[in-house]
Amino acid sequence: MADIDIIKDENIVYKKSKVLTDNEMHYCPGCSHGVVHKLVAEVIEEMGIQNKTIGVSPVGCSVFAYNYIDIDWQEAAHGRAPALATATKRLMPDKYVFTYQGDGDLASIGAAEILHACNRGENITVIFINNAIYGMTGGQMAPTTLVGMKTATSPYGRDIDLNGYPLKMTELVAQLPGTCYVTRQSVHTPATVRKCKKAIRKAFENQEKKIGTSFVEVTSTCNSGWKVSPVEANNWMADHMFKFFEQGDLKDAERDNPDDYKKFIE
Amino acid sequence: MGELKLMKGNEVIAHAAIRCGCDGYFGYPITPQSEVMETLTFEKPWETTGMVVLQAESEVASINMVYGGASCGKKVMTSSSSPGVSLMLEGISYIAGAELPCLLVNVVRGGPGLGTIQPAQSDYFQACKGGGHGDYNLIVLAPASVQEMNDFVDLGFELAFKYRNPAMILSDGAIGQMMEKVELSDIKPRWTDEEIQKISGSWATTGKTDDRKQNIITSLELDSERMEEINHRIQAKYRKMEEEEVRYEEIQCDDADYIFVAYGSSSRICQKSIEIAREKGIKVGLLRPITLFPFPKKPIAKLADRVKGMLSVEMSAGQMVYDVRLAVNGKIPVEHFGRLGGIIPTPDEIVEALEQKIIGGK
Repeated sequence: MADIDIIKDENIVYKKSKVLTDNEMHYCPGCSHGVVHKLVAEVIEEMGIQNKTIGVSPVGCSVFAYNYIDIDWQEAAHGRAPALATATKRLMPDKYVFTYQGDGDLASIGAAEILHACNRGENITVIFINNAIYGMTGGQMAPTTLVGMKTATSPYGRDIDLNGYPLKMTELVAQLPGTCYVTRQSVHTPATVRKCKKAIRKAFENQEKKIGTSFVEVTSTCNSGWKVSPVEANNWMADHMFKFFEQGDLKDAERDNPDDYKKFIE
Repeated sequence: MGELKLMKGNEVIAHAAIRCGCDGYFGYPITPQSEVMETLTFEKPWETTGMVVLQAESEVASINMVYGGASCGKKVMTSSSSPGVSLMLEGISYIAGAELPCLLVNVVRGGPGLGTIQPAQSDYFQACKGGGHGDYNLIVLAPASVQEMNDFVDLGFELAFKYRNPAMILSDGAIGQMMEKVELSDIKPRWTDEEIQKISGSWATTGKTDDRKQNIITSLELDSERMEEINHRIQAKYRKMEEEEVRYEEIQCDDADYIFVAYGSSSRICQKSIEIAREKGIKVGLLRPITLFPFPKKPIAKLADRVKGMLSVEMSAGQMVYDVRLAVNGKIPVEHFGRLGGIIPTPDEIVEALEQKIIGGK
């Protein structure tokens, strides 16, 4: 510890959030999960809500999110995190409750649970990692896999006649009156990381206002599943995914309907 | 003496839940148990006790809401009927694997598939032999009256929290729909946050305070050695239940030559069959399992030492009969009689079956 002690506070420009554990992450180098975990942990630390936050982890690569973010966690069945979060928030309304789900979990097997939780306007935060592939099971086609994209179960590229179209969950939930904040972010550059953190913070702060579901998609990379280098993955995402999964806010009750919003929170 | 009411079995489940301090109910409509949620939403307990009542989008969602609520150390429950419970089995396996307490109610209807909405007992295997994936058991209580529908809500929660294991009330469409006199339980307040900390603070996800480590609710363990240890620990609970929680009732067994083994609705009919048989000079008694898991193996084995045969009477194609045979271990003949598809057997049919399958079969 001695070498840490000699660093003066005023010289510290960056440090690991204390809400992150010291466990070594199992994520592949280049994966977006690590960055998003860090952002969630930082937001929890900065808001001072570590003792009031319950996370619900999915089935997928981030099944072990509980090993890295030092809060109480529930590990859900595949796709069902919004159902667990619904009950948790309703039974403990003063707690901050969020789900952390991938595209297979949220957009495929758990499509019903997320749509209904958003439609009921559950006062929770949803972090949706969309990397257009099933990472944990070895790179199979996801509901968000782009047309023509090659995966283990679409080896000749996603064919719309065979597999249908990629699903824009974020656009879907933005249509529901129960959601108050719906945004699509990414974490592939320092600027987008900062923007994404602001979005996550807002999504957590909305729980205090009790105005409905906050939904943050993070368009993400899976360089292992995509079989490219981390840098190539970032570039490929920006060049191809952003065309289909357009970045930015889709809905912000505070901004879009300021009068209604004011009335609502009063 | 508590408050006396004339009520349907399903309605009583709702009242008993409110009265025993249940924190949350999550369900999805299905016949023949929809009165449970209808009664709860009519009573509006969220305005009195603060109990949460939520109609979920599916049985899959309801059981996972129960999973989330149980993770918080809350007294939570759901109810459904056979096809709905089939949908819940994934979640039930997770809840058992994560060692969480909760109460499940299955008001059984005839199957398979969409089947019928009439009463049946064909979900015995599903309730008592796991049902979902992996080695697990539920604590299974089988009410034979509207009164027991009331009593087993509180008992179910008590056992569920004692063992951190889901408990199920395995009822049927007849008990759920029929009206009987019932003495309602005394009102117990819901647990306070402090009480929850005391009872479940070591594991429940109530927010990680500085004085403790994370509480993580999971059924996942990729290390096989550790997963085996977890399984052994869970199995040890089941063995303890078998030692300490077996509940059953014996009716006219003292002088009996033959025994009906029956639970729930069937056990009610068997009581009439006993009268008919005894008028004919056939000495028959009834062993009624109240807990289907843990199953009353020992009392059945003991009776097998002195009676000539047993007839397992079930509204199924013969499911509990396997457990009766295992308990009897070949000492005496054990046969099954039942009607299927939602038909309730008559007392005469049962006596006839006893005469043909057990007495005549000798």
